[in-house]
Amino acid sequence: MAVEAVDAALADAGISPGDVDGIVRCDMENVSVMALADTIGARNVTFWADTGAGGAAPCGQIGLAVGAILSGQASTVVCFRSIAWATGGGVGAGRRSQSRAVGGHGSYEEFFMPYGLLLPVSTYAIVARRHMIEYGTTEEQLGSIAITCRQRANTNPSAQMYDRSLDMRTYLESRIISSPLRLYDCCLVTDGACAVVVTSIERARDCAKKVIAIRAVAQSSGANVGPGLLAPSLTRPSITTWPSASVADTLYRRAGVGPSEVDVAQIYDCFTVTVLIQLEDYGFSAKGEGGPFAESGAIDLNGAVPINTAGGNLSEGYIHGMNHVIEGVRQLRGESSATVPGAEICLVTSGPPPATSAMILRRDS
Amino acid sequence: MRPVIADLAKPAPPDDPVTAPFWAAVREGRLTAPRCRACSRVFLYPRVTCPRCLAGEFEWLDLSGRGRVYACTVVRQAAHPAFVDDVPYVFAVIELEEGPRLASNVVGCPPEEVVPDQPVEVVFEARGDHVVPLFRPILQ
Repeated sequence: MAVEAVDAALADAGISPGDVDGIVRCDMENVSVMALADTIGARNVTFWADTGAGGAAPCGQIGLAVGAILSGQASTVVCFRSIAWATGGGVGAGRRSQSRAVGGHGSYEEFFMPYGLLLPVSTYAIVARRHMIEYGTTEEQLGSIAITCRQRANTNPSAQMYDRSLDMRTYLESRIISSPLRLYDCCLVTDGACAVVVTSIERARDCAKKVIAIRAVAQSSGANVGPGLLAPSLTRPSITTWPSASVADTLYRRAGVGPSEVDVAQIYDCFTVTVLIQLEDYGFSAKGEGGPFAESGAIDLNGAVPINTAGGNLSEGYIHGMNHVIEGVRQLRGESSATVPGAEICLVTSGPPPATSAMILRRDS
Repeated sequence: MRPVIADLAKPAPPDDPVTAPFWAAVREGRLTAPRCRACSRVFLYPRVTCPRCLAGEFEWLDLSGRGRVYACTVVRQAAHPAFVDDVPYVFAVIELEEGPRLASNVVGCPPEEVVPDQPVEVVFEARGDHVVPLFRPILQ
């Protein structure tokens, strides 16, 4: 799947696989850099790197590629993610340990797993519950995010949920997985792969397709990020503001734009609440008002900031957020199945609450 | 088909020098937290250095074992064979009287009766060769 995606991305760009001299992976990727380099027939890879964690990787991968190109370490960098969590298990299948002892080494999993915190959904459920406590957020407001993403998937023939509609009644009647989160608050599990080719703007202007510029990219941990991967974030001073907020500060400053100038956003959505918090952290609504904002239609195709125009992780497929990068490019090229008329600036975010990343894409002028 | 995990025991803490004093105290029926000798910060989880001032010397403070539910979720889908008989169960983040937050379960009442801000107190559950701190509602 990784090779298929990389070949497709290179063909789309009109670049020969032999010319790839940089490869950037997600830290949870199963395909090694050199396996990919060898298989596609790269003549000489001069830059490679991993970043993460997991769903926090995609925009950070692009950032590494940009850095490599600007510093002369590589000229044509492939960023990819292949995943087989539908058939191969994975985080979504639960973390099952062969031995009883878990955690240690600064992971702090032993302070969570013995109490049955085994699936990411429960960590996000705690965040959702806390957001409800602090701000009065409702289940219907979370539902509006699930339904919005589903409606975008319903026009995307490549989406897993293309032919399955979702309304509020079905959402509210779906089973609770970890309260307050229901089945439809959770993303899909998917076997699939995505790849993106990053090169200099000069080289890109010689390529086959319309050029989409990376206006800015940022990674950020913020303060008090805490140790471990996911669950230990629940002991941060606040669990309803994420490192996304500090990513946003850096990103908007670097890009020279603010949230009001973003025409369309591809927002990492492992769960509905993941979108809710980011709508606030990226400045589309005030803190605490993400629920009413989502429910108002502001994230719909005709709203102030249409989101996840291919359906997102919730309804297109779970390629760990690399599909959000692809859709960001397609959207600005006018190739999306849900085009936002006149869109010039697209925000793409990767997964919080771990230290995370995001970028601003812009049509090349 | 996914492999069947034969070991039905619940996940247990590892042998880790940084956190060992916490688990040793739990085995004795005491809930403790490191207090920084330099800045007096009381924190969980145990770390190599104080999260506030980065000093590396601590004393272990006996906590009251009382706190409030900071947030909770009722887990209805078991992702590990050892939890199949437990669902639905309450996973909660407890804000302890002394300030630190600790994740655990709230037991001793129907799951739907656990609500945010509810006062709870620690109870200790023996699981074979180790003990874990759980919480139950404080009856008013």
